[in-house]
Amino acid sequence: MQDASDAASDLGPILELDGLTVALPKGGDRRNAIDSVSFGVGRGEIVCVVGESGSGKSVTAQAVMGLLPKGQLALTGGSIKLEGREIANISQPELRKLRGQRMSMIFQEPMTALNPVERVGEQIGEVLEIHTPLSAAERRQKVLDIMAAVHLPDPASMIDAFPHQLSGGQRQRVMIAAALVLDPVLLIADEPTTALDVTTQAQILKLIAEMQARRGTGVLFITHDFGVVAEIAHRVVVMQHGRVVEIGSRDEIITRPREPYTQMLIRSVPSLHPPDRKPNASTVALSTDKLCKTYASGGFLAGKRRVVKAAADVTIDVRRGETVGIVGESGSGKTTVARCIARLIQPTSGTIRIGDIDVATLPERRLRPHRKHVQIVFQDPYRSLNPRRTVGASIIEGPVNFGLSTDDAMRRAKDLMQLVGLQPDALDRFPHQFSGGQRQRIAIARALAMEPKLLIADEAVSALDVSVQAQVLALLDDVRVRFDLAVLFITHDLRVAAQICDRIAVMQNGVVVEAGPTMEIFASPKHPYTHALFAAAPGRGVRFGEGLKAVS
Amino acid sequence: MSAYILRRLLAAIPVMAIVAVLVFLMLRLTPSDPAAIIAGDFANDQQIAEIRSKLGLDQPILTQFLIWIGNMFQGDFGESFFYKKQVAQLIVERVEPTISLSLLAIVLTVSIAVPLGTLAAYKQGSWIDRFVMGFSVIGFSVPVFVVGYLLIYLLAVKLDWFPVQGYQYLSDGFAGWLHRLILPSLTLSIVFVALIARMTRTSVLEVLHEDYIRTARAKGQSELKVLVRHALANAAVPILTVIGLTFATLIGGVVVTESVYTLPGLGLLTVDAVLARDYPTIQAVILLFSLAYVLVNLLVDVAYTLFDPRIRY
Repeated sequence: MQDASDAASDLGPILELDGLTVALPKGGDRRNAIDSVSFGVGRGEIVCVVGESGSGKSVTAQAVMGLLPKGQLALTGGSIKLEGREIANISQPELRKLRGQRMSMIFQEPMTALNPVERVGEQIGEVLEIHTPLSAAERRQKVLDIMAAVHLPDPASMIDAFPHQLSGGQRQRVMIAAALVLDPVLLIADEPTTALDVTTQAQILKLIAEMQARRGTGVLFITHDFGVVAEIAHRVVVMQHGRVVEIGSRDEIITRPREPYTQMLIRSVPSLHPPDRKPNASTVALSTDKLCKTYASGGFLAGKRRVVKAAADVTIDVRRGETVGIVGESGSGKTTVARCIARLIQPTSGTIRIGDIDVATLPERRLRPHRKHVQIVFQDPYRSLNPRRTVGASIIEGPVNFGLSTDDAMRRAKDLMQLVGLQPDALDRFPHQFSGGQRQRIAIARALAMEPKLLIADEAVSALDVSVQAQVLALLDDVRVRFDLAVLFITHDLRVAAQICDRIAVMQNGVVVEAGPTMEIFASPKHPYTHALFAAAPGRGVRFGEGLKAVS
Repeated sequence: MSAYILRRLLAAIPVMAIVAVLVFLMLRLTPSDPAAIIAGDFANDQQIAEIRSKLGLDQPILTQFLIWIGNMFQGDFGESFFYKKQVAQLIVERVEPTISLSLLAIVLTVSIAVPLGTLAAYKQGSWIDRFVMGFSVIGFSVPVFVVGYLLIYLLAVKLDWFPVQGYQYLSDGFAGWLHRLILPSLTLSIVFVALIARMTRTSVLEVLHEDYIRTARAKGQSELKVLVRHALANAAVPILTVIGLTFATLIGGVVVTESVYTLPGLGLLTVDAVLARDYPTIQAVILLFSLAYVLVNLLVDVAYTLFDPRIRY
């Protein structure tokens, strides 16, 4: 990849940003969304812009496309040159001619980025309709060609499908087809694989690299994931608080970054090599036996009855003071298992033992005393806390429901806030006054307030930036030791699983395909699916920051 | 799909049965005697009793109800007390003005309200948005008959653009039919324009924040096409829902509008029938209106599938 970049840079940049500045509306936490951003993208080059949320990486992309949200953000300075032509201040009609034709964009969420009520063929053809005088028949032929080029199966029938009939990966292929059908010189990809499963992500990354190599497209690739960077980048631009912190080649940034901020980011990337962990011999806190959950739909006069096995014969156990991971892609059933164990849903069959009691079939009234033993921390801290209640009220709600006095509960809440690294006097503030990482700490404090035996973390660090993620993982490990907690850790992220789990169970299509100590599974996976999952993990051959240890 | 339609039609049967019972009972429970009205002011008790027995009103209520239902199953909706005609024939004669008025009102509503609401959403916060919102409040709170008389005063009496009242049958010429219908349709549609413009605004506003709108712009699509092809197409389902649900309001509006403009339709027939306590006519017309309501909403549900391929029954 390094060679391609060297060859490309001879041809001169196709995109040059110089001193690009976008102002935030008054009253924001800083003056500019992006401030004096300068870098370039060469022909046939993939430049990754990396940064945490709020770093201004997406704003940079929107500014280039001329798609800054009207009335909120405005270009206030600097220059954008596309193929040598200044486009920072050209009119909207002129910009529209460039968009889709000379520069195009793909987005994070293939589920929502396509119009749900229009056939995918028409949505790809729309670009041709706007920019070319081709007839309907010619357009259809070109659409079929590009659909074949992005390896969509059976283009002849898929061209008339609606987005909801396609998988996430297929939809992203449709987006890429629409973006590349007119052979633009610049493709902007804004987190295009973040919402995809790891195996799908690997395929889409391969496709983007293949398409840009064949067509010589310059790619501005926005991501927060250093694994993806390692996989695809020629050059890397690191951003923080709207400014460019460091620019370098992929290998420079990943193995020996110069700037302290980049070094911190690189150090936070969890390694795919699990640390050695001692086997745990404490008492079993949770054990499930042949846990099943099936969903049935249809029936009377409404077509065929369909039965979906969301979880089938899941048998796992978690000991006190142990973290057991359930790893799988979307639809694998990992969240279904977690919800059954917390009895948020009723399992179809099987047993769930918490301590000595089987809670799988307890009716709600008799289940209630056991509810406090199992607590969950959810994925999205922006939605899991009630925005209308103070965090203190959220934390004490559970204990008070179970008979603790408000004063005692408040006292415990203060201790817990301290424990999770927040100010105890922040209890009377509201969730929106905290950052995502802080909210997740509050969610953990809320769960701990119930003094549970089992803590379920359902993708609890997936929505967090990598540096914050590392802190929250450390906190989870800390409370596990301190309270001798059993932790069930649900995740799709192999790196996170490698770092925090003592044992893992790999799930696919509702079935546990492989389970065992994390070390063993990572060292020698036995099931073909586990193999495929590891092979797809981005940046697996790369040792992040290996040059740093020598320096520091 | 056809199984779904069949299920919905089956579900309409109990609805119609309940309506039939309610309308039948309510008429019999109102303190008024059709026989006395027919007999006139100078009739004696014996004459009234004779008329009552001739109309079958001296029978027990249950018997009357069973006779009515039984006759309907044979296609006989009874004879109007007042017009001395078969109710079925009466309805056929009166149905054209009502259908013309309703359809034209809906066409007017959609062609005014949907562009207006879309524009308001697109220019959120601008004067046009505030105008649409303000108009909605007024349009929805002013009663139909007030709007009707105001329009007559302005457009018919003062400006003399339209006739004050009356109807011309379609068979006597399209131009005259349209000319005489515009004012009543406009009157009737104001409430709907208000409601549907607001609904369109809300619905489009929500959709405008969707990712696929950004995608369309990234393709270089023009703003008009972004609005029509991507925003409106996705906002259509809630708008359709409101059109279906407000159909009941439309029927109420038809009754008032036909009275204001003396259009010889079902609305006017209803008013006259109520005043004359013409039981068979009232019953039949109300059953017909309920059936229309049920069918329109079924039609709306089926129409969803045209606008949103994700909806399948």
